[in-house]
Amino acid sequence: MENFELLMGGFATALTPMHITLMIVGVLLGLIVGVLPGLGAPNGVSLLIPLTFTMDPVSAIILLASMYWGALFGGSTTSILFNIPGEPSSVATTFDGYPMARSGQSTRALTLAFMSAGIGAFVGIVVITLLSTWAARFALRFGAAEYFAVYFLAFCAFVGMGSASPIKTAVSLSLGLLLSTVGMDTVTGSLRLTFGIEALLSGVSFLVVVIGLFGIGELLATVQDGLKFRGVASRIDPRDVFKTMLELPKYFTTIVRSSAVGIWMGITPGGPTAASFMSYGLARQWSKPGEKFGTGRPEGIVAPETADHSAGTCAMLPMLALGVPSSATAAVMMGGLMIWGLTPGPMLFTTQPDFVWGLIASMYISNFVGVILVLLTVPFFAALLRIPFSIIGPMIVAICFVGAYTVANSTSDLWLVLIFGVVGFVFNKLEFPLAPLVLAMVLGSKAESSFHQSMIASDGSLGIFFSNYLVGSIMTVALALLIIPQSLKFIKYLRSHKNVDAAA
Amino acid sequence: MKKLSVGLTFAAAVVLAGQALAFEPTRPVEFVVASGPGGGTDNFARTIQSIIAKHKLMEKSMVVLNKGGGSGAEAFLYARKNEGDPNKLYFGTNNAYLLPHVAKLAYSMEDLRPVAALAFDEFLIWVKGDSEYATPTDLIEAAKAAPNKLSFAGSQSKDTDETLVALIEQTTGTNFKYLPFNGGGEVGVQLAGGHVAANVNNPNENVGQWQAGAIKPLCVFSDKPMAKSDPVHDGKGWGDIPTCASSGVNIPSYKMPRTVWTAAGTPDDAVAYYSDVLKRVSETPEWADYIRKTSQTGDFMSGQKLQDFIVTSEKNAVGVFEAEGWLVK
Repeated sequence: MENFELLMGGFATALTPMHITLMIVGVLLGLIVGVLPGLGAPNGVSLLIPLTFTMDPVSAIILLASMYWGALFGGSTTSILFNIPGEPSSVATTFDGYPMARSGQSTRALTLAFMSAGIGAFVGIVVITLLSTWAARFALRFGAAEYFAVYFLAFCAFVGMGSASPIKTAVSLSLGLLLSTVGMDTVTGSLRLTFGIEALLSGVSFLVVVIGLFGIGELLATVQDGLKFRGVASRIDPRDVFKTMLELPKYFTTIVRSSAVGIWMGITPGGPTAASFMSYGLARQWSKPGEKFGTGRPEGIVAPETADHSAGTCAMLPMLALGVPSSATAAVMMGGLMIWGLTPGPMLFTTQPDFVWGLIASMYISNFVGVILVLLTVPFFAALLRIPFSIIGPMIVAICFVGAYTVANSTSDLWLVLIFGVVGFVFNKLEFPLAPLVLAMVLGSKAESSFHQSMIASDGSLGIFFSNYLVGSIMTVALALLIIPQSLKFIKYLRSHKNVDAAA
Repeated sequence: MKKLSVGLTFAAAVVLAGQALAFEPTRPVEFVVASGPGGGTDNFARTIQSIIAKHKLMEKSMVVLNKGGGSGAEAFLYARKNEGDPNKLYFGTNNAYLLPHVAKLAYSMEDLRPVAALAFDEFLIWVKGDSEYATPTDLIEAAKAAPNKLSFAGSQSKDTDETLVALIEQTTGTNFKYLPFNGGGEVGVQLAGGHVAANVNNPNENVGQWQAGAIKPLCVFSDKPMAKSDPVHDGKGWGDIPTCASSGVNIPSYKMPRTVWTAAGTPDDAVAYYSDVLKRVSETPEWADYIRKTSQTGDFMSGQKLQDFIVTSEKNAVGVFEAEGWLVK
């Protein structure tokens, strides 16, 4: 109950005309940077930081955090409409969001995404409100081995029941792992696979690869299909927004499961990107039979979006309470915190209650503001798909390249976009799945360093992954997720074989 | 006599010309930061940016550009590509001159010109709050009793933290495990969670955990104790921490300078101009505030003094690298 009183105090801080204006401005700015691929939340927030030096810390963090929420919402928009993820964490939304929009239901896809995002964020904030002290202590229990277990679990949850052929999945996954090793390795401090090329020193940017694979790759496929946008006739009716909202209770279990995944990954901190992939993988395994995932299944949008936002909001907790940012944006905000003279750490909640609870209260309000704002934009965004390809096509190319350039202001990234555009196209034609490649790029290097750290700590013994209940149970769940679906498939296969034999 | 007067006239002409041509940036100045957004170097550069903007110390505006790839090497490679460009400043630590020794990179010190060092970040030995080690000697003795068992966490590999741990090992004849993590915050949490025995974080990377009593400092690698401060935890402040040299770990001083550079071939008057701007930054109350909040030591260095400092600091570090076999040929 003490937390509740503090929260009310926070609302008193957050609910001033000045702060509400800041929230609306922040969310709108965030939407813009989120919609533009490449110019993601980290860039947007770091551009705003100098402006906040003259503000008091509560106003400053409210502005920056609102921008982050806006960017998270905006990132899903382009994923769904053009198959170009605006933010790393909205990659998983493309898998089903884009096919659904293609089939003429863009309003439904966008509304599903925004509503479940809003719900995910809300659940995340409630958890922060209730469990802030406990969660921070729980996160302390994560050492290198536990981190590796979490990443391993994300891999297993996603790969366990892939619909593509296992060999093709393995090829795609390995290519992603290979790409993630380029650049400087944290653990050994040496350069790998750079071949003396300066541009490769900082590694292959995940965002650039994704823009190429999905954005340009999709465009090439469209061009091959004869220059017409598949599924142009999208009906736009504002009433669809409400109809879709009424649909949501059907996905109750998906929402609960995805929020739980998101909260956990936000706190531990695996980050929103890992959360959205894992949640998508779990939804694919556990949803009722129906149309296939990847063809525009509603759960395929609800799951990653809910997890993305609940992880995004929960990620504020390790940043504030432990000084560990679980996303690039949180890292930038933490930098701001230090410049404003606040020290992230367990004592921040005690020494700066106005700041912390003002921020938490503002998260309720600005996510609410965010949902309303994005829902208002749905008809406009959905209408974008009606524009003929000859106009929108070149615009997408321009947006992709500008976006890739803004990631690191590097011209060599433009070549990477082009190369990975071709790779994406070829993968599509040969039916290699892209998702494992992307997942491996996001989590590959993190998983590798935590594995390496665990091995140093344990003098090379794999026993460290089963050395206590926490790490042991995560590893067991991960292995189960990997093995059970495959063995079920195998048993099924044996049975059907027997039947065939019997029939013969 | 005539010769002398010609000489004087010439000298006067040069002085006048020098004044007329006094350097001013011609374009918005790029602040190239050798770390990702949110890192210590990033905060350093952005604080300077905000102070210059607030006090209007420069006519042109500033743009911050993060080039943190390859532990910051990306920024210095960018300097090599922009030789002689007077509208770009590079912000780093001692990584500018140490990186080429441990990684095979396409730049060397020849590609950079030092402008100034503005602050020095301290290093301390930290252990868990409820740890049995009360002094550095306790930790060293425990390490001697169980070689290669106790672990130090640190940021990055073959960077300042691992260099210091190697130096501790070489000085005291011990062997620790070194676990590299991505950043100071993570390193602090690993210690607070009891996953490692100690770390050598900078003050502002660990102060949050210290406030909570989750970790505690044993000693500071400085020739004199740090500036007095308000108590942080349990009545103890920064000024109460003993120096390591006085408590059994004979390393008189180990600090990380926060440095500003230009590319090689930048005209002298441009370097002088920036050095003057930074000098004025270092005299503002906002700068004093930044130094205090981050528990660093403020000390402005430029010109010959800075050159000498770099030469000594580089020589010491290379000695450690050599003993550890990290040098790349």
